[in-house]
Order: sequence, then C-alpha cells, then structure tokens
Amino acid sequence: MAATTALHRGARAGAPSASRRTGLASHWLYALTFLSAAGVILITCLIFLQLYWNSALARQKFGWHFLVTEVWDPVNSVFGALPFLFGTVVTSAFALFLAVPIGVGAAVFLAELAPRKTSNLLTFLIELLAAVPSVIFGLLGIFVLIPILQQFVVPALKSVLGFLPIFEGAFYGVSLFSAGIVLAIMIVPFIISVSREVLLAVPRDLREASLGLGATMWETTWKVVIPFAKRGILGSIFLALARALGETMAVTMVIGNTPHVQASLLAPGYSIAAVIANEFTEATGDLYLSALIELGLVLFVLTIVINGAARLLILATTGKGERHA
Amino acid sequence: MPNLWQRRKVVNVAMLSLTAVFTVATIGILLFILGYLFWNGARSLNWNFFTKLPVPVGETGGGMANAIVGSAKVLALATLIGVPIGFLGGVYLSEFGGKSFSSVVRYMTDLLNGVPSIVIGIFAYALIVLRMKHFSAFAGGFALGIMMIPIALRSTEEFLHSVPVALREGAMALGASKSQAILTVVIPAAVRGIVSGIMLDLARVAGETAPLLFTALSNQFWSPGWNHPVATLPVFIFTYAISPYPDWHQQAWAAGFVLLTLVLVVNVIARLFLSKGFSHAPR
Repeated sequence: MAATTALHRGARAGAPSASRRTGLASHWLYALTFLSAAGVILITCLIFLQLYWNSALARQKFGWHFLVTEVWDPVNSVFGALPFLFGTVVTSAFALFLAVPIGVGAAVFLAELAPRKTSNLLTFLIELLAAVPSVIFGLLGIFVLIPILQQFVVPALKSVLGFLPIFEGAFYGVSLFSAGIVLAIMIVPFIISVSREVLLAVPRDLREASLGLGATMWETTWKVVIPFAKRGILGSIFLALARALGETMAVTMVIGNTPHVQASLLAPGYSIAAVIANEFTEATGDLYLSALIELGLVLFVLTIVINGAARLLILATTGKGERHA
Repeated sequence: MPNLWQRRKVVNVAMLSLTAVFTVATIGILLFILGYLFWNGARSLNWNFFTKLPVPVGETGGGMANAIVGSAKVLALATLIGVPIGFLGGVYLSEFGGKSFSSVVRYMTDLLNGVPSIVIGIFAYALIVLRMKHFSAFAGGFALGIMMIPIALRSTEEFLHSVPVALREGAMALGASKSQAILTVVIPAAVRGIVSGIMLDLARVAGETAPLLFTALSNQFWSPGWNHPVATLPVFIFTYAISPYPDWHQQAWAAGFVLLTLVLVVNVIARLFLSKGFSHAPR
C-alpha cells in the first residue's frame, strides 16, 4: 500500500493542473467510504444505546432482580426474565451437546479424510443447509420433527432413561427438547464449515511427523491435529452458540411458549427471542414494552460477549482471522 | 502387545467411519428438507398462489400474491440501504484503511453480523416505528438493510483485496489518481465476486422473519404504499404454520417451497458465479 501511495504522489507532482481535480475526487471517495465504515461502528453502538434507553423504565423498576425473577405477569405488571433466560440457555446447551460432536466429527472427515474435490462439494452442500431460512426449520419442526419425536424417539428415551429428572413428565410435542434438536440441526453447518477451515490451516508437517512415529490416522487427528486447532474449534462452537442463543423463529414455533422453569426437557418452555417475537406487538403499556426491550438488551449483551470471544479465538488460531473471520 | 495394536486399529476405523457417518447424516438432513418441501410444497402450489390475495379460513383458491410483492418491496429497500454502506465500507477497508481503525471496523462489523435478527427488529422498531407511530414496509426494509451491511462489507473487502497490487500500480503509472484507479480498475476487476457476495447476502435476509414481525407487520390485502404495513412471505409462513387450519398449513407449505427454492437457487447461482469454484463463500 505504501508503494501505491508513493506512486500516487508522483503522479500528482507530474501533472499539477489535472491533479487538483483528481485529488479532490480522491478526497470525496475517501470521505464517502470512511463515513460508511464509521457508520458501521455508529450503528452497532446505536443498537446498544437504543436498547438501553428504551428499557429504562423496566431497568429502574426491577433493577438486577429482573434477571432472577421467575414471574412474568403482564396483567399485574410484574416482569422477570428468569424463565426465558432458562429456556434460552437450556435449549442452546442441549443443542451444543448434540451439535458439537457431529459438527467437529464431520469437519474432521471433510478436512482430513475426504479428497479435496469431494470435500469441497460436500462443504458446498453443508453451506446450503446453513442458508435454509429459520422459518422453514420451524415449519418442518412442527409438522415433521415433533410427530417423529412423539411416536418414536421420546417413548424410546423414556423407557431407557425415564428415571432421570430431565426426562420426566408428559410429552406434548412442543418442548425444550424439540427446540434443542431444531437448534442443533441449524448450528451444525456453522460448526462444520468454520472448524473445517481451522483444521485445514494446521501445518502438514505435524500430521506427517505423527504418522511417521507410527500413530494411526485417528490418533494423529485426536492427539495432534485437534489439540493444535482447539482454540479455533472452540471459536466455531462459540459462534454457533451465539447463533443458537439468538435464534428466534424456529424456536418460537416448537418450544411451547410457556414461561416456567422446570427440570424436564420434555416440558414446554420459552426463550428470550421467542417471547419478544410473540408479545412485542401485543405489549400494552410502556412498562411491558420496556421489559421486552430489556430482554432484547440481555440477549444483545449475551451474544455480543460470546461472539466477541469467538472472533478472538478464531483470529488467534488461523492468524488470517483479521480478514477472513 | 498384538492385542493393543488390534485395538488401536479398530478404534481408528471406528472413529473415522463415525466422522463419515456424521457428514452423511448432515447432508442427509439437507436432502430430506429439500425433498420433503418439494414434495409437499409443489402439491399445494397452483397458479392462484401467485396471482390471488389470501382468502378467509374456509374458502379455497386464495394465494399470496401480496406477500410475494411485499417481500420484493422490502428486499429492494433493504438492498438500497444495506448495500451502499456495506460496499463503500468495504472499499474503505481494502483501499484506504489504516491499521487500527480498520481492525475496529472489522471487529464491529463481525459483531453486527452476530446480533440476533430479533434485536435488529427492536432497533428498527425503536428508531422508526415509534417515531412514525405505525408499522411500515420502510421499517421492515430498514431492519433487513442493517442486517445486510456486514456481509456486503466483508465480501467487498475480501474480493477487492484479492485484486493484485500490480493492477493498481499499473493504473497509477499511467497517470490515474488513486480514486480513478479504484473506480475504473480495481472495482471492475473484483465485480464478479462482489456481486456474488451481495446475492448471497440478499438470499440470507430474504428468509428473515423475526425482524419483520414488528416492523413490516403483515397485511391480508395489497399494501397501499411504502408507509403502510406490508405482507411478506416469511411472516405468512410463520402465521399460517402456527394457525390451527389445515388449509392454511397447505398454503404455508406452498409458501415455504417458493421461498426455499428462491433462496437456494440464488445461493447456487452466486456460488457458481464465483470464479473460485465451490468453496470459500463469505459467511
């Protein structure tokens, strides 16, 4: 870049009359692009400030108790975020529990085993899965996944693990369990495509040295390649977690929309994003609206922290994160 | 000793096969979704869907013409708002940016990309709907436009950055100013990639529902203008899917089929359009 700037100056010195016009155009282009770039920072800050200002009423009324209050009662104007926080965290954790082994496993296959051409084609298909709109996942969740769970999966689970408190109680279809499975399907593609790239960035010599010492392919992957790439893989998991926490439509459609805190995964629940989606337009009264916006603020802070950490982790391993994060 | 070696070999084969199974399962889910929607959606689809307004429960023969047009309107607005900011910001990062300010912009862009869509909806609501006192296509377009910025920006930056420095130097050696070089040489050289990136971006927000729920709202009729609530395909899929009426469920499948086809076709075209081939699409 330094070289081009020097050239640029040279050109200007050579043609003083034309240079004023073109120099001015450069300034205009510079100013315009700079404003756009600065605009992005401004917008991100403005999102936070809008959420902060518009939730003032609820923040003043409930303070930090908002986060640990279990009651959500719009009629009596008592608002607590706990049932929604609980639902969001439980469904996301359950989704990660399912998606991480599958995602990292598939990434290992695509990066280590599959020939490059096959791997590229399969990754292309997996990225298409990531492009499926979330409302479509919700549609399939309601009409395909829930009937399958009701008929086959949950009866089997209950007969084997029914003694566990997390599988207690009746199953009506809409539940934390269903929401977790839909979320898992939605975040797997992200874990796969980021982890694959991180794994591909691991130097070849490491693998060759390990194989040369007599390790099997799996031992090389498990004990050499994955430990080397572990921060990047963790980053991909954080990225997926942030997506799961903020996912709205698919979850709203299958979670059951009941604000309770229960031990059983089979019971219906509620998530932060889902309650905002369902009640925002119906919110009567400023306090109600402000409580919903405070939920949005909680979600915003949660995802920003996790996303920020994920970007730093990916940046630390691939080194090219500056440009390709 | 031979026992241990046997075990290591078995573990090796078992675990590696398991990774293959996981890959196949993931792709199986994609194929299932495609197959199921095409089978179920194409059955419920007919000409009325594209030409008629929705009808009340119980009547047959309704369509979603207003939602198709509404989605197009909202997406056009989103493109007008999101693409210029993203594109110019990308030009800044690739062509002008200093070190520290650029990394702040990059980081903020990635954070903006990770903000949940429902939160963007609240933002648009607070900024536009609260001020104008009613829901509108404009507010919906604004919300989706904000969501388009990060990917437009990062993909523009990435593709401009891949233009060889020699091209810039060549242009400047011929007497072009920096802005002339950027406008007439660098951007045209990267235009393929930039356009594909924007297409992918558009396909992503085309399916967004959450930010539209309380910005564009919905509408059973034709929307009289940009300043009124407007129906969109994703919101219709949502409201029809959670309704208790089988007729509406059929309509939801038809709408889902149309939406998914559009999104995937644009995705495939954009990715094939990239000279790099299949992989490395911007996220």
